[in-house]
Amino acid sequence: MTVYLPIAEISVNLFLILGMGGAIGLLSGMFGVGGGFLMTPLLIFIGIPPAVAVATVSNQITAASVSGVLAHWRRGNVDFKMGIVLLIGGIVGSAAGTWIFTILKSVGQVDLMISLSYVIFLGTIGALMFIESVNALIDSRKGSIKRKKLHQHYWIHGLPFKMRFRKSKLYISALMPLGIGALVGILSAIMGVGGGFVMVPAMIYLLGMPTSVVIGTSLFQIIFVTANVTLLHAISTQTVDVMLALLLMSSSVVGAQVGTRFGAKLRGEQLRGLLALMVIIVCLKLAFDLVVTPDDLFTLSDGGH
Amino acid sequence: MKKLPRNFRQSLFAVLIGCLFPVGSATAQSSLVTDISSHLVSVTSDFTGTELLLFGAIQIDDEDNLGPGDVLVVVRGPEKEVVVRRKERVAGIWVNTEAVEFKRVPSFYALASNRAVEEIASPDVLKRLRIGPTRLRFQANEPAEKSLSFEEAIIRQKSENDLYSDQETAVYFLGDKLFRTTITIPANVPVGDYIAEFYLFKDGELLSATSSPLFIKKSGLGRTIYDFAYSYPALYGIAAILLALIAGWIASAIFRKD
Repeated sequence: MTVYLPIAEISVNLFLILGMGGAIGLLSGMFGVGGGFLMTPLLIFIGIPPAVAVATVSNQITAASVSGVLAHWRRGNVDFKMGIVLLIGGIVGSAAGTWIFTILKSVGQVDLMISLSYVIFLGTIGALMFIESVNALIDSRKGSIKRKKLHQHYWIHGLPFKMRFRKSKLYISALMPLGIGALVGILSAIMGVGGGFVMVPAMIYLLGMPTSVVIGTSLFQIIFVTANVTLLHAISTQTVDVMLALLLMSSSVVGAQVGTRFGAKLRGEQLRGLLALMVIIVCLKLAFDLVVTPDDLFTLSDGGH
Repeated sequence: MKKLPRNFRQSLFAVLIGCLFPVGSATAQSSLVTDISSHLVSVTSDFTGTELLLFGAIQIDDEDNLGPGDVLVVVRGPEKEVVVRRKERVAGIWVNTEAVEFKRVPSFYALASNRAVEEIASPDVLKRLRIGPTRLRFQANEPAEKSLSFEEAIIRQKSENDLYSDQETAVYFLGDKLFRTTITIPANVPVGDYIAEFYLFKDGELLSATSSPLFIKKSGLGRTIYDFAYSYPALYGIAAILLALIAGWIASAIFRKD
């Protein structure tokens, strides 16, 4: 059964799209990542024009994130205060990122920059998370009780504008989440993703938030980032395909609910390990595509407009 | 940008053919009567492609000049600008290095004939009429020696996507005068104003040519969405976001068991 997508201007298999939405939604609910870094390449692979894929995925991620946030909120796992501070940083960052994107585009190497930054960021984050979570798992198997210090003090803790984040059990400078939000904002504007896969590790390792709170809080700020991106694309490029978004949403919101339930059964280090593994696989695939000889050296794109 | 009105384009086509190939008034004239099974293809939300029947009759005035001629049928889609980029290996990574911009690239091109076009007319004539995917003569912003491989890439990739086709035995004659052919319109067909051209050749000479318009349009829900997205982009964006919020909330409400 096929459906014609009015903005993408191609026909696609209904069940293929629903299946993809469901699978990505599942991951989204489990790990608190929007899933854009997986969904966008998948859509391009099945023939959706890249511009339509990026814009439509951001619309779909909004829905999946809302679904996920509501589920986490009921479990009391969303730190709204932290989310808002991150978001303020994110808005500033994405404005800067859009500016950088425009410069890269005029130089003509934006595709390469996207792929390279994916490989670098996914590779680094994935590897670090994987090592950390495996170590944590080994430690817990051994049953050795390594008493961690309750409070570790770095130069970071000397920063001004201290704020108390009750849900996250943190008393840190507001500059930290603001800076991380800004950095992720820059990246997400350049790479065309919600930024969850950068945000989640940053919240865990840089801010020291508990994994259970991280996921809901990350999803909370992704809602606003992706809604903003959707609106900008709808106005400037008319590349949001509501038909495609609706199909992806209808299965991904269900997937996100199921994913949240799965996630709740796993321990923090297991979740982090699985996310790391997924990130590494995507990274390897992208690196492979950069190096291997393409089937056709030529690519076509619409000129003008 | 406003497209040229259809009638104007058709008459322009007739004038062009007339200028290129003046038919002597002394010789006998054969003419074509042609039509398409449908002049409007509606791309609805369950569109999976379609087949068009193109048919016609040859009217031969000169009774001494009997015997079948050759018929070529061409369907051209709207012309667009296309940028072709070529990748090269730089420090182990494949990078886009060179680009050529082409103007007047038909988004769809289908050719059907009763035998190989090279046997029907001379290369010169075929080139002037732009018949066959390899003779479309796109306008490049680079000299021919550089743009040739880029042009071939367009033809190769469009052919792989069923957007360019060249069927050498697809025109069937029923007797000497009636002919028909089918042209497949794939699901990924670009929408727009198309033109169907019919050429009658005899001994390598163009005797007659006709053309008819063909419209491929979105319709139904898809059409509404498309129009909304382009007419009210901000409102469309807000609607898309609201849709996402509602979808997320509904799913969460349904799954709320506790």
